[in-house]
Amino acid sequence: MKRFVILMFAVSLVTAGFVSWFASSHPDGLERVAEDLGFIGKAGESVFSIFPDYTVPGLKGFLSTSLAGIIGVCATFGFVMLLGKVFFGKKKAEGRRQKAEGNQKKYG
Amino acid sequence: MHIPPGFLKPEVWISMTGISAASVGYALKKTSNDIDERRMPVMGVLAAFIFAAQMVNFPVAGGTSGHLIGSALAVAVLGLWPAMIVMTSVIFMQALLFQDGGLDALGANVFNMGILGCLISGPLIGLGRKLGRAEYPSLAIAAWLTVVAASVLCAVELALSGTTPLRIALPAMAAVHAIIGVFEGFVTVIAFRFILSVKPDILNGQRNMRP
Repeated sequence: MKRFVILMFAVSLVTAGFVSWFASSHPDGLERVAEDLGFIGKAGESVFSIFPDYTVPGLKGFLSTSLAGIIGVCATFGFVMLLGKVFFGKKKAEGRRQKAEGNQKKYG
Repeated sequence: MHIPPGFLKPEVWISMTGISAASVGYALKKTSNDIDERRMPVMGVLAAFIFAAQMVNFPVAGGTSGHLIGSALAVAVLGLWPAMIVMTSVIFMQALLFQDGGLDALGANVFNMGILGCLISGPLIGLGRKLGRAEYPSLAIAAWLTVVAASVLCAVELALSGTTPLRIALPAMAAVHAIIGVFEGFVTVIAFRFILSVKPDILNGQRNMRP
């Protein structure tokens, strides 16, 4: 399992940090339709911005996209792990196990 | 297909936020019932991979681009409920850190690209596995359908918000995404085969495919 996670993490880093250089800059499906039908102008500004449009402010070009991508991969991984700790943490798992064993004794 | 800020009116985005929040809450509960803690890094790394893959826009016809959504892939690897959590996390991080999709539209984006896709893919992929050899066709069909269904729902939300009339937006959105969906199908099958080739026992312990 560990080897798989490391490999997939590496693939993700390469994809976000390197393959992303070759991403098409054409508008995506929704942006395209919004342009064609003339409602793209209704898009508002975001109330705050951290890494707008997958770039790191102050950095230019490929480096900016790469770094933003790598940060995104790490942040997304970290966020899911954090969710796991909060919602499926050890104590909770222990509690569920005890409950399940209790049920087994009761009904087993 | 991330809806930017300002496209949805409050009635629409508040409703979608409510629906998504309830769905994610339910997915968390279902997942916590039978998650093996050792599977958390697998969920995390799949979220990271889908985030990365979504950055790579590929050109499709007529000066338009598309990118993987990944909900069918997530369901195929993780099962229905963990996949929903993974997709929500990806779309949340995109809105929060990268201003990809408006914060007001977060609930709608999570539902369109995450929850709906998982609800469609789960039963379809489950059926394909039951039928044995139909696994890859069912995965490709599920992947295509998740993209087209998301685009249709997106058009409906835009129309309900008075942003654009439905009779024009719906065919336009569905047509573009019917093409993008073909890529989704290909990439999903290739990525799933790759994952199976490096980790053949990845599907062990997977239970829920149906809501």
